[in-house]
Amino acid sequence: MSTTDAHVVAQQTQPTEIGLPKDNKVLGLWIFLAGESAFFASLIGTYLGLHGATLHGPTAQSIFDLPLTTVATLILLTSSLTVVLGVQAMQRKDVRGMQIWLWVTALLGIFFLEFQGYEFFTFYNKGLTLHSSAFGSAFFTLTGFHGLHVLFGVFWILLLLFQSLKHGINEERTSKVFIASLYWHFVDVVWVVIFTLVYLAGKVG
Amino acid sequence: MAAIPERLAGIHHETRTYTGIWSWLASVDHKKIGIMYIVSALFFMAFGGAEALIVRLQLWQPNNHLVSAETFNQLFTMHGVTMIFLVAMPILIGFINAIVPLQIGARDVAFPRMNALSLWLFVFGGLFLYSSFLFGSMPDAGWFNYVPLSGAHYSPGVGIDFYDIGLQITGIGTLMTAINFLVTILNMRAPGMRLLRMPLFTWSALITMLLILFAFPPITVNLILQMFDRLFGANFFNIAGGGNALLWQNLFWIFGHPEVYIVILPAFGIISEIVPVFAKKVLFGYESMAMALSIIAFLSFMVWTHHMFADGLGPVVNSIFAITSMLIAVPTGIKIFNWLATLWGGRIHFKTAMMYALSFIPLFVIGGVSGVMLAMAPADLQYNDSYFVVAHFHYVLFGGTLMGALAGLYYWFPKIWGRVLNETLGKWNFWLVFIGFNVTFFPMHIVGLEGMPRRIATYSAGYGWTIWNQVSTVGAFILLVGMLILLYNLITTFMRKADAPGDPWDGRALEWATSSPAPEYNFAQTPLVRARDAFWVEKYEGDGTVPAAEPAGPIHMPSPSLAPIGIAFTLVLAGYGAVLHSAVIGGFFLLVTFWQIGRSLVAEDHGYHVTPQIGGGSQ
Repeated sequence: MSTTDAHVVAQQTQPTEIGLPKDNKVLGLWIFLAGESAFFASLIGTYLGLHGATLHGPTAQSIFDLPLTTVATLILLTSSLTVVLGVQAMQRKDVRGMQIWLWVTALLGIFFLEFQGYEFFTFYNKGLTLHSSAFGSAFFTLTGFHGLHVLFGVFWILLLLFQSLKHGINEERTSKVFIASLYWHFVDVVWVVIFTLVYLAGKVG
Repeated sequence: MAAIPERLAGIHHETRTYTGIWSWLASVDHKKIGIMYIVSALFFMAFGGAEALIVRLQLWQPNNHLVSAETFNQLFTMHGVTMIFLVAMPILIGFINAIVPLQIGARDVAFPRMNALSLWLFVFGGLFLYSSFLFGSMPDAGWFNYVPLSGAHYSPGVGIDFYDIGLQITGIGTLMTAINFLVTILNMRAPGMRLLRMPLFTWSALITMLLILFAFPPITVNLILQMFDRLFGANFFNIAGGGNALLWQNLFWIFGHPEVYIVILPAFGIISEIVPVFAKKVLFGYESMAMALSIIAFLSFMVWTHHMFADGLGPVVNSIFAITSMLIAVPTGIKIFNWLATLWGGRIHFKTAMMYALSFIPLFVIGGVSGVMLAMAPADLQYNDSYFVVAHFHYVLFGGTLMGALAGLYYWFPKIWGRVLNETLGKWNFWLVFIGFNVTFFPMHIVGLEGMPRRIATYSAGYGWTIWNQVSTVGAFILLVGMLILLYNLITTFMRKADAPGDPWDGRALEWATSSPAPEYNFAQTPLVRARDAFWVEKYEGDGTVPAAEPAGPIHMPSPSLAPIGIAFTLVLAGYGAVLHSAVIGGFFLLVTFWQIGRSLVAEDHGYHVTPQIGGGSQ
């Protein structure tokens, strides 16, 4: 085999038979999200198994405040849009635009967390706690872990934002912003499932 | 290791270097990480083995009082937890670390620092688990830790908290290993290394990592739920609070059954590597081997309820799960027959590695047959919770996993440590382990069918159990002698000069195409793979060297880093905070951990370049 052939082969360092992301970080994040799906599936399954066990405390039907949660849901879904706008700006090499949209995304995430904090506080005052009933345990654990994921995402996006403000952007950071955005979408999608299975189905009974 | 600095002589570093013990603590090299996994697993095996020996001594005669019943509970619990989580998985993950990147012609894994983090989470998680000894209360509710026995009411001590948090910490590390190796195997294969050209050990690693990816999140959730129950008074498993005890069993076995395949599939892979090499034949039915691995993995998620036949879930549930469980015998049988067909007509070389591999086949079949017996739900009600179950899973976990791991140890020792293990000692080691194993565990079938329940601290005379228990105990000490010979063999071989050739066994896969041990960059030039059995084909149909897929030149390497060990260490300190019910300690170290994680999220490693010496890294 001549050196030119060898060189041509070296260009095709990625396997071609399946259409996987070539960037290790991107593929790694997708695989991580598959594991996260199993994590949330287990938590959601736990919730669905225990949500009827309310003892004498508040039930899903009596305590959920749908208008409030709907607003929170809309806020979180909008943040998926803003993070896409941020990534698009980044791909246009518009660093300023990317930074603005990442700011907006993080802010929307914080708004969502404030709604969730308010909701937790209200529920707590109405007598629903982690140890009031199995329903309470399952509800706070499921939505709490989702909230922690949002919180982690907010910190992640802010970190990348501050890094870009300080050092600008390069190829490696671009890919980091992209995977943070993938993570952010996932957290939103999980919320859609939680909103449907916990809040909407819970209100219907 | 003395060999390492010599190997690096003449290579120019442009990054911070670490020497001595620090070069290990900061290492991100998959080969060093693999060595640390294997050595740690052997270290924990000494503990798990000692616990088993005390159990056997306690059962030597009826009404024995060598240890108290409470201690006995801790012994069998820690034996099970240790052997599954701290020995079987890490030793196999160690081989995967040391060998898979070489087999696919890669320079390292996809995320070298995350790989180091996985290792340290396992090591510190295991030490954390054992440190419960210092707090006077070790886990004692069995390795599957059923509620309500493991709940705060019946287990008020900190032992179960150590179980929950220790396994959580090692489990996070294992999940990261899964992500790392899935990306490595899918994305970093050398040119020409198509999926259906991958060695079967790499195939088994790929499928195992998929199992880990989907099986570990349920146990993560389960451990979180129990931690919340025990520490914060949640009601997941507390019946009075509306909880459900079966929830633990379901989540545990949704993890637990794939888990037993997580610890057997890599052993299948090892056997599939060794049998063709020492039978001097191409592996029979390569595609069906890969397909069987995939089918086993798929089915392994649909059988968990066979661990719960005695729960009374009803005939429909039990029937479905009995059938899916028995179905697994089909792909497993395919593998057994493929190995036998590979041996058929081969020129078999009885090296120690091959003898372990050959013993694996009948021992695993015995375990598989008793497995099918247990899968029959009505019959299972007779065997349930008896020593028959103990015999079954030791035949698959010891006769399968450990025999496979020991086969791998003899086979890959030269590639990992640069020295061939002594064959005479190897034969002694093999025969004593083989005989000791069967003398220990075969009588458990009989004593189980005679009705002896597992996990009893002692028994009365007159059931006819005494003689079989004594046979088992004698067998356990034969095993001990066999394992001590292994230890002696490992130490004396390691003291010798590193003189192993690159290819001591006339191997087939790419790991044998580089020197023993492989240089830190694995291959001076990324190999070009032209066929299955990439190295063998070049030896017997080509000019004996694997063609290069890239011109020679400086090689980019990731920098060593102390960040992974730091993250793992502070996470374990946070675990102590939780066990001690101290929100301050727990919260503080959790914050420190996340602060470090944040730093690594934005960190940029420019690495450094090494220039391979002429001839370095190839035959």
